[in-house]
Amino acid sequence: MDNLITLTIDGIQVQVPQGATVLDAAREAGVHIPTLCFLKGINEIGACRMCVVDSGARSLQAACVLPAAEGMNVKTNTPQIRAYRKNLLELTLSTHEKKCLSCVRSQNCELQKLCLELGVENGDKYEGVTNKYTIDDLSPSIVRDNNKCVLCRRCVAVCAHVQNVGVIGPVNRGFKTAIESPWEMKLNDMACINCGQCIVNCPVGALYEKDDTARVWDALRDPDKHVVVQPAPAVRAALGEEFGIPMGTSVTGKMATALKRLGFDKVFDTDFGADLTIMEEANELVERITTGGVLPMITSCSPGWIKYCETYHPDFIPHLSSCKSPHEMVGAMVKTYYAEKNNIDPQSIVVVSVMPCTAKKFEAARPELGHDGMADVDVVITTRELARMIKEAGIDFNRLPEGDFDSLMGESTGAGVIFGATGGVMEAALRTAYETITGKVLDPVEFHEVRGVEGIKEADIQIGDSTVSVAVASGTGNATKLLERAKNGEKKYAFIEIMACPGGCVNGGGQPIVSSQVKMDCDIRVERAKALYNEDANKPLRKSHENSEIQALYQNYLDKPGSHLAHELLHTHYVARNRYQA
Amino acid sequence: MNEKEKYAELEQLIQNHKSQPGALMPVLQGAQAIFGCVPEDVQKIIADGLGVTLSEVYGVATFYAQFSLRPKGEYLISVCLGTACYVKGSQKVLDKLSEELHIPVGGTTDDGKFTLEATRCLGACGLAPVMTINGEVYGRLTPDAVPGILAKYQTA
Repeated sequence: MDNLITLTIDGIQVQVPQGATVLDAAREAGVHIPTLCFLKGINEIGACRMCVVDSGARSLQAACVLPAAEGMNVKTNTPQIRAYRKNLLELTLSTHEKKCLSCVRSQNCELQKLCLELGVENGDKYEGVTNKYTIDDLSPSIVRDNNKCVLCRRCVAVCAHVQNVGVIGPVNRGFKTAIESPWEMKLNDMACINCGQCIVNCPVGALYEKDDTARVWDALRDPDKHVVVQPAPAVRAALGEEFGIPMGTSVTGKMATALKRLGFDKVFDTDFGADLTIMEEANELVERITTGGVLPMITSCSPGWIKYCETYHPDFIPHLSSCKSPHEMVGAMVKTYYAEKNNIDPQSIVVVSVMPCTAKKFEAARPELGHDGMADVDVVITTRELARMIKEAGIDFNRLPEGDFDSLMGESTGAGVIFGATGGVMEAALRTAYETITGKVLDPVEFHEVRGVEGIKEADIQIGDSTVSVAVASGTGNATKLLERAKNGEKKYAFIEIMACPGGCVNGGGQPIVSSQVKMDCDIRVERAKALYNEDANKPLRKSHENSEIQALYQNYLDKPGSHLAHELLHTHYVARNRYQA
Repeated sequence: MNEKEKYAELEQLIQNHKSQPGALMPVLQGAQAIFGCVPEDVQKIIADGLGVTLSEVYGVATFYAQFSLRPKGEYLISVCLGTACYVKGSQKVLDKLSEELHIPVGGTTDDGKFTLEATRCLGACGLAPVMTINGEVYGRLTPDAVPGILAKYQTA
């Protein structure tokens, strides 16, 4: 191996490939170097100086951007370095609002953890002028509190470079530097897509979701309200992490029990909505193909992607499937089908969606997603907010027995489950499309070509006599790249799946927050997706059209996919949006 | 140059730099030369023209003191806060100007007449404390001298 570099970290000799940093080499040597602004592959700028090491150079250098070199002898743990890092933290704390007891990130804060690890004894060592910022909570999805911001720029990097949105950035200079939208605009004035990737990449409590748990508690204690809840596929793949359960463990049964114990009148499943989406979307696709409609058709499940498309690629609006997203479909069915069947006044029903997503909060408030003056979905809470409610209610999650969803809209197939991972909607659609078009039984049911966390995946799928070209993108930056390919005719796709968050909903902006250090060791997108694919593999039914409750819904209420009533209740439309003052 | 010509020149400026890496700085400098400042609509044109975000344009424009976001007044008052002037009491002169004009440092009066700025050493330490108004130098200032000097321009 001639392209390996040999160097020494704290007396330990390691070999790393060309291009590795000293931080990489230290990890190879089993040496832990603290980091704060570093976000693997996304924000590697050496700005916070927390990872400084002594490489024998004139001054200490940031390990995260220092290339490993042959024969280098690096020290990471000298009295000078420890004092330097501690001083950095003390300076950071001098302008940080230290309301840790009531902070949403308490015990999951990278700054708090660093202070503990590096032995900061006096958080008020440097007193003096501090900046006071107004909290920006005008967005339906995201709250920004600059009083807690440590200026690491991780949110800026993920927004601009991963999501290709860039609605926040550093403004002003020196002590007045702040992460803001330009021209003193609020996030809500900008073309923010509400994806929440800034939140899940923030090391501290400067970014968090707009908390809607109070609205849920209010509904639950109101005897006149009939409160129905539905969790999204990806929630079950990550909720356990909030209770110390290892990443990648599916907690579907415990989650169903927890929701019942919280007092919801009905616990339905968005996975059912996912199966319903497949029925409508597959039908729409076949219709577009056979009647010469607009192709490629693009999925519409991800509200971050929808707003991105409406704002940055309005020319692709005709390509968007008219299908509402799965939880909106369930909401619409709860207030019609379920209400009529059980003689419940739909006006008294409150539909609560538990989503891995902050953009769903924006989506639920879209005026076109409802009927008769009622929104399909009334409140959206994230996976994190549900965990908070479970804790607040004193429910011992780890000891809960496995429960099940309520019937009518509680059954789901493996196809619905995998919606939470990038490529999942595509695979689910292909399973149903294959059997609908060919009339043959699909075996095996897996489409491995569309699985995995690559940003853009392409596949040519043989269905009967024809080959269907499909593509999958996750992360809106990748979406732009894929749309460019589609636009310049490089490839003629029939069907495209796009999810706003990298890796799909499992890595959504409403999911449990994993520290940047943990993300250096494992790919949370892969681990959480495994939970969903395992659940799919163990399901007795794995194709949406085999779902008996879906079949009953069409038989007893909707007639058939794409029917007049289905169009009225399960489909929607989109609007082109302005980039500024959105 | 009328407004239309200014915007045409801005478009030309963007076209000239578009394909270069690091085009934002020269374009912002050029835009400031054309408009006297880089206001919001100009920044949006630059962002769209160069294919960068408004956040980036605004971030750079607010980072460097050379860029002004709003039009400057007819008279630019620059008070030296260099070491010699500061020791000789230029902060008090600056405070007096701010009080008389009812604007903060960096601000412009509502009538567009005056902009007040603090600057680094002007190189006239022998006359400390010093300020300039549109390049004209006033030395050995006291706060009491401020109203009289301003009056000259207010009636002008």
